Amino acid sequence: MTSLPPASAYNGRASFRQLAGLTWRESRSARRRLLLYMSAISLGVAALVAIDSFADNVTRSVREQSRALLGGDISFSSNRPYTAEQNAFLDTLAIKNGATYAHVVTFPSMALVPRSGGTRLVQVRAVSANYPFYGEITTEPAGRWSMLKTAPVALVDPSLLVSLNAHVGDSITLGLGRFVIAATLKDVPGSAGVAEIIGPRVFIPERYLPETQLLVFGSTADYGVLAKLPNKANPDKIIGPERPKLEKMQLRARTVTQSEENTTEAIKQLSQFIGIVGLVALLLGGVGVASGVRAFVARKIDTVAILRCLGASSGQVLAMYVAQAAAMGLIGSIAGAALGVAVQFGLPSVFKDFLPVDVTVTLEPAAILTGIAIGGWIALIFSLRPLLALRNVSPLQTLRRDADSEVLRMRWNDIPRVAVNVALALSVVAIALLRASTVRQGLSISGATFAVIGVLTLSAVLLSWLSRKALREHWPYVIRQGVANLYRPANQTQSVILSLGFGAFLITTLVLVQSNLLKQFNIKVDKSNANLVFFDIQEDQFLPVDSMVRSSGKVLQTAPIVTMRIASINDRSVEQIIGDARARITADSLARAQRGEKPLTGEERRDAQRNAPNGPGGRQQQAGRPGWALRRDYRSTYRDKLTSSEKIVQGKWFSAAAQHGDTGEVSFEKDVADELHIKLGDVITWDVQGVQIASRVTSLREVTWARFEPNFFAVFSPRSLRDAPKQFVLLADVRGTPKVAALQRDIVKRFPNVSSVDLSLVQQTVEKILRKVSTAIRFMALFSLAMGIPVLFSAVAATRRDRIREGVLLKTLGATRGQIMKILLAEYALLGILGSLTGMVLAIGGGWAITHYVFDNDFSPALGSAVAIAGAMLGLTVAIGLLAGRDVFRETPMSALREG
Amino acid sequence: MLSKPTIRIFMLIAKEVTREYRSGDQQIAVLRDVSFSIPQGSFVAIVGPSGSGKTTLLGLLAGLDTPTRGQVILDGSDLTKMSENERARLRGEKVGFVFQSFQLIPTLTARENIQVPLELQGADGAAARADDLLERIGLKARGHHFPMQLSGGEQQRVAIARAFANNPRILFADEPTGNLDAATGARVFELLESLNRESGSTIVLVTHDAMLAQRASRTIRLADGAVVGDTEATA
Ligand SMILES: Nc1ncnc2c1ncn2[C@@H]1O[C@H](COP(=O)(O)OP(=O)(O)OP(=O)(O)O)[C@@H](O)[C@H]1O
Ligand SMILES: [Mg+2]
Repeated sequence: MTSLPPASAYNGRASFRQLAGLTWRESRSARRRLLLYMSAISLGVAALVAIDSFADNVTRSVREQSRALLGGDISFSSNRPYTAEQNAFLDTLAIKNGATYAHVVTFPSMALVPRSGGTRLVQVRAVSANYPFYGEITTEPAGRWSMLKTAPVALVDPSLLVSLNAHVGDSITLGLGRFVIAATLKDVPGSAGVAEIIGPRVFIPERYLPETQLLVFGSTADYGVLAKLPNKANPDKIIGPERPKLEKMQLRARTVTQSEENTTEAIKQLSQFIGIVGLVALLLGGVGVASGVRAFVARKIDTVAILRCLGASSGQVLAMYVAQAAAMGLIGSIAGAALGVAVQFGLPSVFKDFLPVDVTVTLEPAAILTGIAIGGWIALIFSLRPLLALRNVSPLQTLRRDADSEVLRMRWNDIPRVAVNVALALSVVAIALLRASTVRQGLSISGATFAVIGVLTLSAVLLSWLSRKALREHWPYVIRQGVANLYRPANQTQSVILSLGFGAFLITTLVLVQSNLLKQFNIKVDKSNANLVFFDIQEDQFLPVDSMVRSSGKVLQTAPIVTMRIASINDRSVEQIIGDARARITADSLARAQRGEKPLTGEERRDAQRNAPNGPGGRQQQAGRPGWALRRDYRSTYRDKLTSSEKIVQGKWFSAAAQHGDTGEVSFEKDVADELHIKLGDVITWDVQGVQIASRVTSLREVTWARFEPNFFAVFSPRSLRDAPKQFVLLADVRGTPKVAALQRDIVKRFPNVSSVDLSLVQQTVEKILRKVSTAIRFMALFSLAMGIPVLFSAVAATRRDRIREGVLLKTLGATRGQIMKILLAEYALLGILGSLTGMVLAIGGGWAITHYVFDNDFSPALGSAVAIAGAMLGLTVAIGLLAGRDVFRETPMSALREG
Repeated sequence: MLSKPTIRIFMLIAKEVTREYRSGDQQIAVLRDVSFSIPQGSFVAIVGPSGSGKTTLLGLLAGLDTPTRGQVILDGSDLTKMSENERARLRGEKVGFVFQSFQLIPTLTARENIQVPLELQGADGAAARADDLLERIGLKARGHHFPMQLSGGEQQRVAIARAFANNPRILFADEPTGNLDAATGARVFELLESLNRESGSTIVLVTHDAMLAQRASRTIRLADGAVVGDTEATA
C-alpha cells in the first residue's frame, strides 16, 4: 500500500520551484505563438539600439579624431589676409601660452595640366611645412607628404588625375605657378564630403603660393592658422576670455571641443529624430503585443479554469502567465537588439559620405542594454493589461463555458487594471522624456500619442455604431454578415483600427516629414540653361573673357560683384548695435532667471538662428555668435532688373525716377533683412573697401537659392555702385564637352586667376549625394513599413481563432469558399479603409506639427504618398484577413464534430 | 439496368468505407469496410462503444471528411468524387446537422443562427422561416438572445431549428442529447421525431442512449470500426 505524505506536507502553496516548473511546462504549447506576438517590439528595439550605438560610435570616433580633424588645438580663420592687429594678437598668444603656429590658405582655383591640356576647378590648400600638428596625411606612393617642405610639388586627390587625364610626375599649373604632382592623397583626416562639389584638393607648399599670383584683390580665400599648445593647456580656457577681442577684429577661432560639438551635432539631431521614430515604433509594437497577448489570453481560458479547479489561486495563475510573457518579451527584445547591432554595422556605409570621420564600429553595451530594458518593459506593461483578465476566470468555466469576451470582461474601476493603465501611461511619458531633447518635446510626443490613440478608439466606436445603424436587410447576406462582424460581441474593430490606424499614422507621418525635408534639396538645375560659370573675373578682364565665351557659345547672365561690409544702420554703427543686442540678451536672461527659467542652451539659440541662409560666399554660421550678419562680408551686385529666381515680397523695385540725393537704393533678401531687423525705408551705410556708401532699403526679395545662378543678399541700383571696385561672374551656355573643355583651357591660359565650373559636373556630384540621401530616407520608410506588419498580424490574430471556427461552422452549414471569403473581405475592407484613412488624416496633422515645430519649415502634404501608404495598409489588412480565410479551408469541417 | 432506380430509392449508401489515420509510420484503420444503405425517410440510429468510430462515420456520411477507400453516395451524388466546394453546396441544399456541443455561432442571435443556412442559399423569406421555426421549438420570445444567454437544452433546440431551416433531405446528429439531462434529452428527441415526420426527411443519429435508440426505425451497431449489427425495429 502506498502511503500519502503527512498532512503537513500540503502547505496549501506551491513552492516557487514547483510553480516555475509548471509555468515552463504549461508554456510549451504557446511559446512560439507568444514569441511571435512579442516580436512586434523587436523592430522598435532594433531601431533604438542601432541608432544609439551608431551615434555613440560616431561621437567616440569624432572625439578620438577631433584633433586630427582640426589639425591643431585651435584653428583661426579669416577671409582676408591677417591685419597687423591680428598678427600682434597671435604673437602675444604665442608668448603668453607657448603656442606654435602652422598655416593653411584655402582657395578655389583652376588647375591645368599642360601635357594633357585638362583643366578643372580645384581647392588649393597652401600649407606651411609644419602642417598639420595632429593627424597623419598618407600618400600614394607612400611617404611623399614631407616633400612639401622642400620642393614645389603638389599632392592631389586621385579624382583630379582622372579628370585631367594626368599621372604622378606630370606638372600642373595653378595661376602662374608650376608644380610637379608628387603623389596622390590617400587618407586625409576629415572626409571630403560635400566640399567635393567645389573640387578635388590640391596641397602645395605655402612658400610657393606667391608664385601663383592667384590671391589678388577680392579673391575668395580662407586664411587659416592652426595653433598648437603645450600639453595640458586648455584651449577653451585660453580662447574664452579673448572672444570679444577676436570678434571685434573679425578673426574666427575654433577649439577642438567646439569642432567636436559642431561635427557631432548633426549626428545627434539625426539620432534624436530616428530615436523618436524608434520610440514610436516601440509603442506601436506595444499595441501589437497587447492585442497578441489578448488572443493568447483567450486561448488560455480553459486551461486557467481547469488550473483553478485544481486549486491554483488567481495570483498564481497570473504569476505564471506574467512570467511567460516577461520571458518572451525579453527574448523578443534581445532579438531586436541583435538585429539593431547588425544594422549598426551596416550604417557606416550608408552614411559614409555624410560623416566627417571614419567611424569605428564597436559594440556599445550601454545602448544595447538600454534598448533591451526599454523593450522588455514595454512588452511587460503592455501584456499586463490583457493578462490581468485571467484573474477573473472562474473555475466554473469548466462546467459552463461563457463566451471569451464575457469571461475576460473587467470592470473599468478594477484597481489593478487602473494601476496598470496608469503605469502604462506613465511609462510612455517617461520614455518619451528620456528620448526627447526637451521636456516640452517629450510631453508633446506622449500627448500626441495619447491623442492619436484616443481619436482612433473613438473612430472604432463610431464604426461599430455606424455599421449597426447602417445595416440593411436587403443587402446580400455575405455583406451583412461581414458588416455585422464589426459590432457583434467579441468584435475586433477596436484592436484592428487601433493598430492599423497607429501604424498608418506613424508611417505616413514619417514619409510626409521626409518628403518635406527632401523637397528642400530638390535643386532645380534644369531650370537654368547655363552649364558653365566663370568667376573671379577682374574688371579689366571682363570684356576679353566675355568675347571669348561668345565665340564658343551664349552668355546668359553677367553680374558685377562688389565686396562690402555694413558700417551702420540708420546712423547707428555696427558696434553700437551689437552693444545694444548684448545688453538686451543679458536683460533677457536676467528676466528669465527671475522667472525661474533655464537660460537658453546653445542649441536653442542655434535653433533661433537656423533661418539664416547661406548665400553665395556665405559661410557656416558659428554657434551663438551675435552680430554675425552685421559683421560678415557681403558680396553684392547691382542691376536694374529682377532675375527669374527672385520675387519682390515688400516695397517696389528700383524706380528710374526716384532720386534720394546721395542715397542710392538697395533691395534686401527677406531672411537676412529679418535677421538684421531691417525694414523698408531704413538707411544702411556700407563700407566698400574704405569708401562709405549710403543706401535706402526700397524692397525686400524672396530668393530661390537652390538654383545654380548667382544670387545676392543685397542688390543695388546701378547708379550707386557703378564706380566701386568689382569683379564679375559670368554664366554661359556652351554645348558639347570638347568645346567646354577647350574654352576652359583657353581662358585659364590667358587669365589664370579666372576660375570656371562645369555645372554638369557639379550637377552629377550633387545628384550623387542626393541619391544617397534619398536612399537613406527610403531605408527608413521601408523600415517603418516593416514595423507595421507584425503589429497588424497580432491584431488580427486576436480574433483569428474565432473567425476560423465560425468559418468552419459556416462551411459545415454549406457556405462555399467564395461566400466565406466575401464575408471576410467585407469586414476587413471596412476595417482597413477606416483605420488607414483615420491614420492618414492624423498623419497629415502630425506631419504638419513636426515640420512646423521641429524643423521650422513650411509643410505641404505629399498626398500621393499618403494615399499610397493608406492603400498599402488597406491591402495588407485585407490580405491578412483573407489569410485567416485560407485557414478555414485548411481545416476540414470534421473539427466542428470533434470540438467539444 | 437496375442500378439507377436503386440509387434513387436509397437516400444514403456507404460502400466498403474505410478510414485510416496515420500515426507515426503506422496506419490505423478506424473504420473498416463499412457498407449499408439507408432508404429515404428512415430514422437510423448508429450505436456502439466509445471509440468505435461513430463520429468518424458520421463525418464521412455527411461529406465533412473523405474516406481512405470506398464510396459514400448521398441522394445520388458520389461524395468521394466531389470537391470541397461542391460538397459544401450539397450540404447547404440537402443536409442538416445537429452536434453534441450545439455549435451555434456565438456572435449571432438565436434567430440569426437559424437564418444562416437559408441566407447562404440566398433563399427569400429567411426571417419569416426563422420565426416559424422559433415558434415551432417554443423559443419565440428568445430569438434575439445570444447563445450564451440560453440554456443547453434551449441551445440544442435552436441548433435543431437551424438544421431544419432549409428543409434538408437528410439530417445528421451526433449525440444530440449527450449534453442534456434525460428529460430535456427526451424533449429534444421528440422534436427531432416530429420534424422528421412532418418533413419526411431522413435522419441519421449517433447516440449512447439505448432507450432513444430503440425508438429509431433501424439501429446500426459499430464495434472497433466495423458494422457488427444492423436491426430493423419490429413495430
Ligand atoms: N484525427 C485522428 N487521428 C488519429 N486517430 C483518430 C483521429 N480521429 C479519431 N481517431 C480515432 O478514431 C477512433 C474513433 O473515433 P470516433 O471519434 O469516431 O469514436 P466515437 O465512436 O465517436 O467515440 P465516442 O463515443 O467516444 O464519441 C478513436 O480511437 C480515435 O482515437
Ligand atoms: Mg463521438
